[in-house]
Amino acid sequence: MAQIFHRSTNTLSRVSIFGGLGLVVALVAAAAAINRAPYLTDVRVARAQPVQFSHKHHVSDDGIDCRYCHTSVERSAFAGIPSTKICMNCHSQIWADSPMLEPIRESFRTGRSIEWTRVHNLPGFVYFDHSIHVNKGVGCATCHGRVDQMPLMSRENTLYMEWCLECHRAPERFVRPREEVFNMNWRAEDQLALGRKLVSAYKIQKLTSCSVCHH
Amino acid sequence: MSDDPKGEIHSLDLAGLRKRLEGLAGERYWRGLEELAGNDAFEELLRKEFPQQTSAWANGLDRRDFLKLMGASLALAGLGGCGRAAPPDEKIVPYVKQPEGWVPGKPLFYATAFTHNGAATGLLVRSHEGRPVKIEGNPAHPDSLGATDAFAQASILTLYDPDRSQVVSSGGAISTWNAFFTALDGEIEGQRLNGGTGLRILTEHVISPTLADQLRSILARFPRAKWHQYEPAGRDSVRAGARLAFGEYVAPQYRFDAADVIVALDADFLSCGGASLRWAREFAARRRVRGGKGEMSRLYAIESTPTTTGSVADHRLPLRPSEISLFAGALAGRLGPSANEARKSPATGSAQWLEAVARDLQNHRGRSIVIAGDAAPPFVHASAHAINQALGNVGITISYTQPVEAEPVDGIESLRELVKDIEAGQVSVLMIIGGNPVFTAPADIRFDRLLSRVAFSVHLSLYDDETSASCRWHVPEAHYLEAWSDTRASNGTATIVQPLIAPLYGGKSAHELLSAVRGQPGRPGYEIVRDYWQRQSRGDFESFWRKSLHDGVIEGTAFAAKAVKAKPVSSPESQAGNSPATNKNAETRESLEIIFRPDPTIFDGRFANNGWLQELPKPLTKITWDNAVLVSPATAERLGLTPKIGTTGGERGRVFADMVELTYAGRKIRAPAWIAPGHADGAATVYLGYGRARAGRVGTGTGFNMYTLRTADAPWQSAGLVIQKTEAQYAIACTQYHHNMEGRDLVRSAALEEYRKHPDFARDKDHPAETLYPGFQYAGYAWGMAIDTSACIGCNACVIACQAENNIPVVGKTEVTRGREMHWLRIDRYYKGDPNNPETFHQPLPCMHCEQAPCEIVCPVGATTHSDEGLNEMTYNRCVGTRYCSNNCPYKVRRFNFLQYSDFETPSLKLLHNPNVTVRSRGVMEKCTYCVQRINAARIDAEKDDRRVRDGEIRTACQAACPAEAIVFGDINDRSSNVAKLKADSLNYGLLTELNTRPRTTYLATVRNPNPDLKKT
Repeated sequence: MAQIFHRSTNTLSRVSIFGGLGLVVALVAAAAAINRAPYLTDVRVARAQPVQFSHKHHVSDDGIDCRYCHTSVERSAFAGIPSTKICMNCHSQIWADSPMLEPIRESFRTGRSIEWTRVHNLPGFVYFDHSIHVNKGVGCATCHGRVDQMPLMSRENTLYMEWCLECHRAPERFVRPREEVFNMNWRAEDQLALGRKLVSAYKIQKLTSCSVCHH
Repeated sequence: MSDDPKGEIHSLDLAGLRKRLEGLAGERYWRGLEELAGNDAFEELLRKEFPQQTSAWANGLDRRDFLKLMGASLALAGLGGCGRAAPPDEKIVPYVKQPEGWVPGKPLFYATAFTHNGAATGLLVRSHEGRPVKIEGNPAHPDSLGATDAFAQASILTLYDPDRSQVVSSGGAISTWNAFFTALDGEIEGQRLNGGTGLRILTEHVISPTLADQLRSILARFPRAKWHQYEPAGRDSVRAGARLAFGEYVAPQYRFDAADVIVALDADFLSCGGASLRWAREFAARRRVRGGKGEMSRLYAIESTPTTTGSVADHRLPLRPSEISLFAGALAGRLGPSANEARKSPATGSAQWLEAVARDLQNHRGRSIVIAGDAAPPFVHASAHAINQALGNVGITISYTQPVEAEPVDGIESLRELVKDIEAGQVSVLMIIGGNPVFTAPADIRFDRLLSRVAFSVHLSLYDDETSASCRWHVPEAHYLEAWSDTRASNGTATIVQPLIAPLYGGKSAHELLSAVRGQPGRPGYEIVRDYWQRQSRGDFESFWRKSLHDGVIEGTAFAAKAVKAKPVSSPESQAGNSPATNKNAETRESLEIIFRPDPTIFDGRFANNGWLQELPKPLTKITWDNAVLVSPATAERLGLTPKIGTTGGERGRVFADMVELTYAGRKIRAPAWIAPGHADGAATVYLGYGRARAGRVGTGTGFNMYTLRTADAPWQSAGLVIQKTEAQYAIACTQYHHNMEGRDLVRSAALEEYRKHPDFARDKDHPAETLYPGFQYAGYAWGMAIDTSACIGCNACVIACQAENNIPVVGKTEVTRGREMHWLRIDRYYKGDPNNPETFHQPLPCMHCEQAPCEIVCPVGATTHSDEGLNEMTYNRCVGTRYCSNNCPYKVRRFNFLQYSDFETPSLKLLHNPNVTVRSRGVMEKCTYCVQRINAARIDAEKDDRRVRDGEIRTACQAACPAEAIVFGDINDRSSNVAKLKADSLNYGLLTELNTRPRTTYLATVRNPNPDLKKT
C-alpha cells in the first residue's frame, strides 16, 4: 500500500508546528514592540506648539534654571507652565520685535492665554505629584530626558505603568542627591552604591500599592 | 405614578404582628416591621438576595440574539484596540499674569457662610483653579465649629445646577438686564412721586445686616412703601413664644454641654434650627463615656413625629401635638410660677412621665434645659421659658440675646397684610426677593391669583419657578457662592459672604437688585457690602476687612446677653389661635391631628432640584425621592393599611404603599401612607416641599404637595384630618430593606448603669482567628476608623459630604428601587423593642477595610487589592465588572455602576467634580476609599517635611462634616492616636467579626442614660 502522505509532508508538518509556534511568539513580540513604539507612545515625537519654544536654547545657551518657569514643581503636583508674564520678563527687552514671539506679545496685549499642547499627559485615573518626586531626589532628566538638548519638546519615556514601576520597585537605580535634581548633566559614578545610600538617607519608600497613584 | 405591582409581593399583617408581639419581651433589634413580624414569606423573600436578576432585562432578548450581540461587541472592541493608545491632545492654558502666591495644583480655601433656616453656617470652601468643589465647615465660626449639615454640603450642587435660571424673562419671553432695569426705573420713578404708596417688597426673614440696611434706606426714601417677610418654615412660633413669655422678641441661646437634663418639647434641636451643629457638638460632648466611668447628660424627647433628636433620646414619649401643649402646661404648672396652676391633667399614660421629668428637672436646677421646637405652638415656648427661669437655668445653660433677624415679624401675619393690600388694589410694584411664595403660601391664600392683580411684579430667584411664572418679570439670582453678602450666626456673629466664582448664569444678588431701587443700578455687590461695613467699623478699615474675610467671622459682633424676665403664661385655651387643637372643623372620633413639617432632605421645597438631597434617604424612614404621610402602626392598623414590599425590580428597594385620601379643612389630596414606628397615635405627619410643578428636571413631579392642605391659622399642626384608604398603591423607593443583616449582633447598647457594671458588655466574643496564610505586616501607617454610635445623631451630613468629595453620582428613583443607589457611606437605622415607641439606633456604614477582605480574594483581575497601609483598594481602570467582590462582601458596601450614572457631558457639572478623584464610568465597581486622596496628600506633605503624618492631620470627608465628632480616623499603629485609643476602649467592637474579616472600621457601642425611676411605658 502506497504511503498516503509524501515524505515531504514530514518537513511540512515540522515547519508548520514549529513555524506556527514561532509565529505566535513573533506576533506577541511584534505586538509588544508596537505597543512600545513611538507610533503609540509618542516618544521623541515633537508636538506642534503655538510658539516654537526651544528648551535647548533657554537651558543650554542661556542657563536658565527649570524652576524659573516651572515655578510650582517643588510645592505642587503640577510643575506649572509659565504665565505669559514670565516670558515677557526677558522678551520685553530682548528679541522684543521677533516675529516668532508675536503670539507671546499678543497674549500679553490682549490678556488671552497661550494654549500650549500638552506633551506629558497621563490618563485621567492616574495621579502624579511632581513635588514629592523632586523632594525625594528624582531628577528632572530622569523622566523628562535631556531637555537641554531638545530644540522642540517631546516625550523621553513612555509614561507606561511598567516604566513608573521600574523606579517604584527599585528607586536606588535612579535617585540622585537633592541638590543635583535640576542639573541636566549629572551622572553618578556608581549609581547603585549612591542610590542605596540616598534611599535610606531620604527615607524613600517603595510605594507600589495601587491607591498611591489610582484613586 | 402608580406602578402596577407585578411579581412577588409580600403584605404586612399588622394585627398579626401585634398579637405576636404581645407574647414577646420586646428587647430585640429590628429594622423593618416585616422583619419584626418574622413572617415566613418575608424570610423567604430575604433569602433571594438579588431578585432583580430575574427581571432586570425587561426587553426579552433571547439567548441567540444575546450571543450575536456579544460577539459583535467583542469584535468591535478588538477593532477599537487597533487605534493609537495615546490620549487625544490636551491643552495647557496658563495665566497671562499669574496671581502672586497662588500655586497651580494646590487648592485654596475661602471663608464664607451659608444661610439656612434663620442662621448662618460658617464655611471654608475648597477651590481648585477657581472652581469651588467642596464645602467644609469653618472651625472659627460659632455655628459650625468645623462641621456642616447636609444642606450646606449639597448647596454646591445647586451652584452648578444646569436647571438654574439663566436669563431675565418678562411675561415668559427672554429679555435682558438692561430692559429690566429700564422698566424698573420707570416704575420706581412713578413711585417716587407718591412716596412709594404702591411699592411692596417681599423677602424671606432677613438676617443680612447689609440687606436690612438697604431695605431700611428704601423705606426711608419711600415712606409709604412696605417691607414684608415670609418663609414657609420660618420660626414664627419661636418669635411668638418669646413675645408671649417676655413681651419682646429675644432669641434663646442654649449651652447643651452645661446641661445634665434636657427636655425637648417637639424640638428637633439636633437637626433643625440655626445652631443645630453647635448644639449637636455640645450634646455629643456630654454623651461620651470611656473606660467604664463617666457621667452623661439625659435627654427626654416628647414629640409627635419621630425625629433624629427623639431617636437619640434616653426617653422618648410620642404624644399628639395637642397633648404636648397640655404636657408643657402641666410641667410649667408643676415647676414654674404659672398663672394657671389648676390645669387639665395631661394625656393618660404620661402622668408617670410628668412626675419623673419634673423630679429630674428639680434635681438639676441650674443644670437643665427645656427646649421647645421651631414648630411647637407659642404657648409651649412660653412654658419652656417659664420653666427654665423657675429652675434657675437662665445665665447658666440659657441666655437671651437680641434676635438675628433685622426686623423680626410674624411671617404669616406679614403675608396676610400684603395680601390684604393687593386685594384692595393698593399694590402696583411688588418685588419678591427670593423665596417661592406661590408654591409655599398657605392654601387659603391664593397667592398666584393675587399676583395677576399687581401691575409690575418682579421675582428674583435661583430658579424660574412657580412664583416666577406668575410674575411679570423673573430675574435670575446669584447663588451665595457667586455673590457678596453678609449674614449672622445664631448668636449674632457676623460673617462676610464672599463669592468663590463669578456668576455662572449672569445672576445678580438681592443687594444689587435693591440698589437699583435706590437708583443705583449696576452697583456691584462688593461695593454695597463693603460700604456698609466701612460705616460700621472704626479704625483701619482695610485691615479689618481683610481679617474679617480671612477669618470668616467679624470679631466682636456676637450679641450681648439681655436680662429678661418671663411672665407667667396663661393656658393654651385662652390664647386664641395658639392652641393646636382649635380648628373650626368638627372633631369626630375618626379624625386625626395633622402635623406639617419641612422635609428632612429637601426642606421647604427649595432643594427640590438638588439630586443629592432627593436621593438622600430620610434619616428615619429611609424614603428617597418622595414624601409620604407618616402614621403610627396602631393608626395604620385602624385605617387598614397594608404596605407591601415588592420584589419586581429590585433588592427590596421598592415598597408599595397604600394611597390614602387626606381630607382636611375642606381640602383633599391623595398621597401614599407610611408606617413610622414611634409616631404618635391619632396623628399623621406630612412633609412640605414635594410636589413641585416647576422645580427643574430633577425635582418636578416628585412627591405630593402638602402646602395644598396647609392653612394660615394652623401652619404646623391642627386637628380635623380625616384619612381614607383607597385601593390604589404607590411605589416608593426606600433603602430600608436593603442590606438586611438578618438578626446578627450588629448593634450593641446598654444603659449607663449596666455599662458601669459591665464596661465590656459590647466586647466581641472570642472567635477563632487562625489562618493558613501569614498576616500582612504594616510597618508604616495602618489606617483605621472608629465610629461612636453614642454620639451619632443620624443627621446624614456625612453621606452628602462623601458624595461631594468622591464624585458619587445620583441614580434616580427607578434605580433606587432596584437597590442601585451609589452612596459609599450609608446610615443603617435599627429599632429595638416596642414598635409603637421603639428605641432607635444609627449606624454609619462605610467600607470596613477588612484586613482579610473577602472581596480581594475573588477578584479575577486584581482590581481590588490590599495596600501596604491596610487600605482595601479599588482600582477602577482594572475593573471589568464581574461583581464577584460585591457578592462576597458581607457588609454590602460595594456599589456597581450598572448604567452610565456619572455625568460626563453637562458642562456645569464637570466643574463640580473633585479633580483628585476619578469619575467612574459604566461597568465599574466602586466603594469607600477612606478618602485615599486626602491620605496621599497628607503623606506627601509629611514626607516633604521629613516627619510622620500627625494625628488628626487627615480628616476624611465624613469625619470633617460630622457635627457630633462621631467618626474618628487615623493611624492605629500610633498608640497615642485618637483612633487607637478608641479602639482600645471597652466599648469597641467590630461587625461580623466571626467571619474573621478583621475590619479596620469598628464601632463604639451605644450607651444611654435612662432614668431609673421611669420604667419604659
